[in-house]
Amino acid sequence: MTGPRDKQMSLDDVVGELKDGMTIGIGGWGSRRKPMALVRAILRSDLRDLTIVSWGGPDVGLLARAGKVRKLVYAFVSLDSIPLEPNFQHARQSGGIPDVVELDEGMFLTGLRAAAQRVPFLPTRAGLGSDVLVNQPWLKTVTSPYDDGEELVAMPALNLDVALVHLNRADAHGNAAYLGPDPYFDDLFCMAADRAFLSCEQITDTAGLTVDTPVQRLLISRMMVDGVVETPNGAHFTSCVPDYDRDEPFQKAYAEAARDADAWAAFEARFLQGDEAAYQQAVTAFREEAAR
Amino acid sequence: MTPTPAEVCAAAIADAFADDGEIFASPMGLLPTLGARLAKLTSNPDLLISDGETVFLGGVPPLGASADVVEGWIPFRRVFDVVAWGRRHVMMGATQIDQHGNQNISAIGEFAQPKRMLLGSRGAPGNTINHRTSYWVPKHSPRVFVPQVDIVSGVGRARAEQAGAAATRFHDLHRIVSNLGVFDLQGPDGTLRLLSVHPGVTTDDVVEASGCPIYIEGDVPETRQPTMSELVLIREVLDPRSLRDREVPS
Repeated sequence: MTGPRDKQMSLDDVVGELKDGMTIGIGGWGSRRKPMALVRAILRSDLRDLTIVSWGGPDVGLLARAGKVRKLVYAFVSLDSIPLEPNFQHARQSGGIPDVVELDEGMFLTGLRAAAQRVPFLPTRAGLGSDVLVNQPWLKTVTSPYDDGEELVAMPALNLDVALVHLNRADAHGNAAYLGPDPYFDDLFCMAADRAFLSCEQITDTAGLTVDTPVQRLLISRMMVDGVVETPNGAHFTSCVPDYDRDEPFQKAYAEAARDADAWAAFEARFLQGDEAAYQQAVTAFREEAAR
Repeated sequence: MTPTPAEVCAAAIADAFADDGEIFASPMGLLPTLGARLAKLTSNPDLLISDGETVFLGGVPPLGASADVVEGWIPFRRVFDVVAWGRRHVMMGATQIDQHGNQNISAIGEFAQPKRMLLGSRGAPGNTINHRTSYWVPKHSPRVFVPQVDIVSGVGRARAEQAGAAATRFHDLHRIVSNLGVFDLQGPDGTLRLLSVHPGVTTDDVVEASGCPIYIEGDVPETRQPTMSELVLIREVLDPRSLRDREVPS
């Protein structure tokens, strides 16, 4: 019997598909359901000059701190419970990101939608009158051809080479469900990209996807996905409810370390030098230490 | 039961939402959340409020409480639909705000390499151009009320007018509430106007604490005191732990 192909890959297999200079969209939102294991795999690689498109959280902070980001497209970068992302702040204040495209959140969404619909732009009111347009003079307006004659922002498509997203459950073919309260925009990232790679907490058989959750949570269909990686705790230290909440003590330690060069070197040595299994072991040790 | 400064601010914020009707109230931060919930319990029961995450709350829980009756789903993607639709009143913070009501939450200094990077523009450009917007400033000072903001995240009236009819069509800066007074943007050419000063605050105090001109006409009234029932709601129902005093000390 034949069926859809098996797309299971390893983290390193995914990184092997990426190239210097690519435009990579990262799903999730702020410090919520970020594909952090995939981000850590990029940190271990020698990839460089990346364009990152993200509702930014620690994904942006880590990649910027590692000098991987040549261009950043964002509307905010935040750790949610800690409003300002210190590694992102550090990078911006030291000129560490050569090309910066700061958008309004609605413009960012409109750009993803345009890419997903394969149109060059979509009109939006958001951005008019603000310094988003002043600081990005290449962003243009478009005049309505109808009687109203309104002049709106022509938000260009945010076309991606690759999308990276993390969901709670998936099958080996790339059908996937979020089990938390918010889908974020992971489906749009996949549709805006030439190729999409999905990590998940657990791979089940296809029937298992709807055993304990309604069909409306199947946000992502296999036609949107090129590779599937099972990475338990793979969104750590961001939230991936209901599987786990944000690891607030760890995020706090991350943010504190980011504010000081020596502390950051120690954080990197402890958590970011080994592979994903070593990271998860170090996180377990961190928790045990904190519990003492 | 003399009202504290934080309680006066909460009632003034509630008043900002009083005539909004059946729309989504989106308060950012502690005092705005307290004020919007107070409005829902008093002047405007039709307001929709959320948990700040993903659901519309059917009830009016105290600050910090998460469990309540859910009356709807409002994930981020649907927030943007409501923003564009316009049935929303946001009260945001402001790192800087100027005489024309331009607001900055993006960064301090030059955009290319800021002295201090903040959040980014977030949803401020879209909010201000699409629906009613108010601001909350817990510490009124010349560092916040500046002659000109470094980066325009939230759009003021003059900037909206320069951008054309599409930008002014739904532009509606409603109130700025600070720990010193209540303001709107109905001064000359849509500039900051002082509507009331909180009890114990003088107009001179406001002028001294502002780094930009503020239009003051005639005798400025005192901000109203919260009613007895409002005080009970604030103290017993919405904020029994007095979190409000951390933001506006007595």
